[in-house]
Amino acid sequence: MPDSASEPYDLAVIGAGCAGLAGAVTASELGLRVCLLDGSGQVGGQFFRHPAPALGALRPQALHHDWPAFAALRQRLEASDTRRLLGHQVWTVTRGSGELWTVHALSGVDGGAERPVRVHARAVLLATGAYERQLPFPGWTLPGVVAAGGAQAMLKSGLALPGKRIVVAGSGPLLLAVASSLAAAGAQVPAIVEASGYLRYVTHARALVANPRKVLQGAVHGASLLRHRVRPHSRSAVTAAHGTDRVEAVTVSRLDQDWRPVPGTGRRISCDALAVGHGLVPQIELATGLGCATRRTPDGTHALVLDGRQETSVPGVWAAGETGGVGGWELARVEGELAGRAVAFRLRGVLVDPARVRELRRRRDRMRAFADAMAVAHAPRPGWTHWLDDDTDVCRCEEVTARRVREAAAELGARDARTVKLLTRAGMGWCQGRMCAAAVACLAAGGGDEGVPPSPERRPLAVPVPLGLLGSPAGADEAGADEAGINEAGADE
Amino acid sequence: MARTPSELVRAEPGPPFEITVDGRAITALPGQSIAAALWCAGVLAWRSTRGGGRPRGAFCGIGQCYDCLATVNGEPNRRACLVPARPGDAITTQEGHGRAGLGV
Repeated sequence: MPDSASEPYDLAVIGAGCAGLAGAVTASELGLRVCLLDGSGQVGGQFFRHPAPALGALRPQALHHDWPAFAALRQRLEASDTRRLLGHQVWTVTRGSGELWTVHALSGVDGGAERPVRVHARAVLLATGAYERQLPFPGWTLPGVVAAGGAQAMLKSGLALPGKRIVVAGSGPLLLAVASSLAAAGAQVPAIVEASGYLRYVTHARALVANPRKVLQGAVHGASLLRHRVRPHSRSAVTAAHGTDRVEAVTVSRLDQDWRPVPGTGRRISCDALAVGHGLVPQIELATGLGCATRRTPDGTHALVLDGRQETSVPGVWAAGETGGVGGWELARVEGELAGRAVAFRLRGVLVDPARVRELRRRRDRMRAFADAMAVAHAPRPGWTHWLDDDTDVCRCEEVTARRVREAAAELGARDARTVKLLTRAGMGWCQGRMCAAAVACLAAGGGDEGVPPSPERRPLAVPVPLGLLGSPAGADEAGADEAGINEAGADE
Repeated sequence: MARTPSELVRAEPGPPFEITVDGRAITALPGQSIAAALWCAGVLAWRSTRGGGRPRGAFCGIGQCYDCLATVNGEPNRRACLVPARPGDAITTQEGHGRAGLGV
């Protein structure tokens, strides 16, 4: 152990999902001093989100097909020297003196507390995952309308359901998993509504054949949905949610090729909740704040540009998992290990196992090809903007309607989300545009053929922080590598 | 076939406790977030928006959207989907920015 209180870590890993866990344990097992930070009080990220120990779940694996893989990673973490700072929200990463990075975090699961903490490290691995893309429609702000992944998250961690009769809608493979776990947990799921046609997968037959496990997962979900009598509607969308103080029904309409609702096809389905989402968006604010280059993904989001060793365009900053393009937990685990090995080689010259690295790269490339095929099949088409009426709130936080966003584009000349924000406040609220940016960018671009146009926003702070903190950053606690072994805030189970 | 999430994962939590929502008592389980406890009690909204005064509750479920902001034991703007429920917590519907008492 180093003897100075300010001794830096070799590697700071931000995010304790599959990518971050794999990166942290790999690097630690190769002899690096590692600090792992996550906003949640538990490791696992979104995919392996699970009930807090106090809920006493004897079979958490009932909500996860691949629980043993997570249990193995967690066991390796517990056996390692990795310092765990759980319940720590990272709000920015800065380049410190010399070759060091400084990770700035706030303690407290909701970041409200609480205590600023700084971690210094020679390398950073960004494994911050993804959040859900939303496309607004009339009624989407009603209580009972929840994000599809949100319903899944609340079920996995809190054993809670938003209603008894839940329609699942949007686009992307996540919907199948959400519908099947809601049904398994006792909810009635009258319909699963997918805007794309599943037949689009067939055009990517090669990626499917190379990924039999993924096809099998789809079949497992499909069989579960049949068993629970969940009615699939493809090439359809929820184009309105109805109710006054909570959702009571939704209108499901057929879509044309461009996702425009086909007139006269709307059918009302009664429900007391709607779980909706249109795929995932890489969470890359910390990286863009550091100037890391991004690329446009096939479904119109932005992901980090990474080299074959998972390093970003900024030397010393690595990334793994959804930050490099959404691809699921298995890809994240592979990339996390690759990154951990690459960092160990860079910092310590630890010889990597060439056969293992070749194998990991092969698996990564195969899974990336599958993810790209999925992204193409589920990419939003520009006609979705026809779901909106003028009074639909596009920005939930600032309550900015579609009419005002369209006026900003048509009459005031805004062409991108940032200009719309300056004119209307859309995207200026608490969520920092995460819920509305995709929609606002589409409306600003006038619904052209682009689908969702580019707008990788650069925001210096990844999460809201108290002003007082920015005023006195010197007051932060320094978490040094010499304190390894002290794991804070709910060291996991 | 499981009929509730708790049955599905064979949950054996510690003793349930009470929290209040606008003065009304509901039951929460140890380890649940405030939002999860509210959903289990059938409560979906615990905030009214600053502009239109419209009801809101948990939406993204993972701390990203800030729609679930609640006033917890007098402190506004807590994310109910992240904050664990504690015995005796008093949740009050947050009106607007939640700082009306400050006159700002």
